[in-house]
Amino acid sequence: MVDMSVKIGSVTLKNPIMPASGAFSTELAQVMDINRLGALVSKTVSREFRIGNPTPRVAELEYGMINSIGLPGKGIEYFLQHQIPDYKRFTPPFVANITAQTPEDFEAMARDVSLPEVDVIEMNISCPTRDPNGGNFALHEDHTYTVVSRVRRATDKPVWAKLSPNAGDIESIAKAAEKGGADALTIANTLLGLKINTDTFRPSIGNKFGGISGPGIKPILLRMVHQCSKAVKIPIIGCGGIVKVEDVVEYMLAGASAVMIGYLTFRNPSGMIAIIDGLEEWCNKRGFARVADLTGAMIDEKPAETYASAAAPIG
Amino acid sequence: MQTDAFSCDPFVVGKSKPAGTDRHIPAEEALCPVVSHDWVNSEYKHLVVEASVKALAVKAGQFFNLLCPSPDAGDLWLRRPQSVYRVDQANGRVEFLYKCVGRGTRGLATLEKGDQLNMVGPLGVGFTLDPAWKNIVVLGRGVGLATLAPISQLAGEQAIGVTAILSARSAEFVMTSELFEEVGRAIQVLDSDGTSAVENVEKILEQLVADGKADAFFTCGSNRLVQLMKRLGKKHGIPGQVAMEQIMACGLGPCYVCVKTFEVNGVKELRRVCIDGPVFDLQEAVGW
Repeated sequence: MVDMSVKIGSVTLKNPIMPASGAFSTELAQVMDINRLGALVSKTVSREFRIGNPTPRVAELEYGMINSIGLPGKGIEYFLQHQIPDYKRFTPPFVANITAQTPEDFEAMARDVSLPEVDVIEMNISCPTRDPNGGNFALHEDHTYTVVSRVRRATDKPVWAKLSPNAGDIESIAKAAEKGGADALTIANTLLGLKINTDTFRPSIGNKFGGISGPGIKPILLRMVHQCSKAVKIPIIGCGGIVKVEDVVEYMLAGASAVMIGYLTFRNPSGMIAIIDGLEEWCNKRGFARVADLTGAMIDEKPAETYASAAAPIG
Repeated sequence: MQTDAFSCDPFVVGKSKPAGTDRHIPAEEALCPVVSHDWVNSEYKHLVVEASVKALAVKAGQFFNLLCPSPDAGDLWLRRPQSVYRVDQANGRVEFLYKCVGRGTRGLATLEKGDQLNMVGPLGVGFTLDPAWKNIVVLGRGVGLATLAPISQLAGEQAIGVTAILSARSAEFVMTSELFEEVGRAIQVLDSDGTSAVENVEKILEQLVADGKADAFFTCGSNRLVQLMKRLGKKHGIPGQVAMEQIMACGLGPCYVCVKTFEVNGVKELRRVCIDGPVFDLQEAVGW
C-alpha cells in the first residue's frame, strides 16, 4: 500500500494528479471516472461573457501543440449558478480558476467565488496571449505582488497563483507571489510561441501567437519548478508536458508537491487515470511508502571535480 | 508514434480487456485491428476495423477521434476526428470512408491489414429521425456523403423513404451510390456534366418537396449546398440537420478548440462541434 495523498498547504489531495485549467470539464466523464482525480480544476472564469479567439484555435507541433483559445466563457454569474453545481456532483476538491484584467476586479472575483463549494482559488495571472497590460500580471514582480496580495485580503480560501514561463526571471515572480500571500504556486502556464503555415504564409492559428504545451516544453518547466522550489517556501504544483509516470516523478523530485496535466488528455483522454495507477505501481516497485516523499528528493550535490568524475566508472 | 513514451496503454480489441468497464462511461480509447483498407478511387480510402463493444454502439452522425500514424519522419501530436461510414454489427466492425487531404489522413492511409488504429469514441451528438417522417432527403458533397450513409441506412431500416442527392466532381467520386440505392433512390449530380450547379440541385429539391418526398433534410460536405438546403427548408418549413466539421483537439468538450458560429433568432453564438454536434439544426447553422 502506497500512501498517494499529498498536502498543498491546508488542502489534502488523495493523489497528486490534477487536470490543468482549460484541459478539463465534467464532460471528461465521457471517458473516465473523474472522482479518481486528486482535484477538479475549472476552466478560467472571467466576470464578463467572453467569445474567445478566432479559429483555428490550435495547431499541431512536433512534441506538442500551440493554442490560443481566448478564455471563452459565459461569465461569473453562469459559473456560480450552473458550473459550480455541476462540478459538485463529483467528490474531489474543487479548484476555481479565475482571471480578471485589473487587480480591483480580480479581488472582487475572488470574493464572488469564495463559497463553501469552492476549496481553492487558482489565479490565472499568466494567460500567454493576453495583452501584458490586460491580465498577464505574472510577467512583472510588482503586478504579481499587487494582484496576489489584493486577492489574499479578499478571501479565506487557499490561493494558488499560476505563473508564466514567459517571465524573464520566474524566481522573482515566485517570491513576489509568496510575499503577496499565495498558498501555493502553479508552475506554469503555456509558453508563448508562433507557428507559420509555409503553404499559406499565414500564422497557423487565428490569433497569430499561441501558448505551447506538450512534452517538448517539459524540461524548461521542470527547471523552473526546481528554481522556484529553492526560492520560495510555499508548495509548488508542476505543470507542463507530462505524458507519463516518470514525468510526474521528475516534477516531484524537482520540488513539486503535485502536478497538473493538460496536453496528455488530448492525446490519451483517460491518461490521467493511467498515470495515477502507474505512479502507485512505480512507488511500490521503488519501495516508496508515501508518494509525498518524492517531493524535492532530487540529489543535488555540488558538481564533482571534473577529472575525478571523468575517471569514475559509468553508473 | 513512439507509444512507449506515453503511460497510457489502451486495450486491444479482441485481445485484452478494456480498463474501464463502467457502463456509465460511454466512450473509450481502444486499439482496433485493421481488417481491410482499400483505395476506392484516386483520393478516397475505405478503412474497416474491428471495434470494441462501446465503439459498436456508435450512432449515425457520431464520430471517433483517431490517433493517426505519421506519414513522415515526425509524429502526429493531435488526433483527427472522423465520422463513421458504416457499422457492421454482425461482424463487430466499424468502417470509415475518408479523403486523403492532409498530414493526418495521409498518415491514416499508411495503415495496413493487421495494424492497429487507436480510436477514442463514440463521441458527439448524431442525427435523429422523427418516426412521423415518411420520406427524407439527404444531400451530400464529395466525401461528405460518407457521413450521411448511416442515417440513410437507419431510415431504410425504419421504412422511411430516402432520396439521396450525391454531388461530386465526377462519377469516379460517387463511390457510395450503391449504398444509397439499397435504401432508396440515388440521384447523381456532377461537376463534369454541370448537373451539380446549385440552380439544378435547387430544381431537384423543389420537385421532391412538391412530390411530398421531403419531410426532412440532411446534409454534409458543402457550404453552398448547406445554404441552399437551409433556404429551401425555411421556405417550405422543412426541418433539417447538418453534420459539421472543424479542427479539433480533445474531441470531448473541455478545450473549446472546435467552435463554429450558429445563429438563433438573430443572435450569433459559438458552439463546439465535438460535443454540441457534430450534427446541428440546419436553420441555426451559419456556414459549413
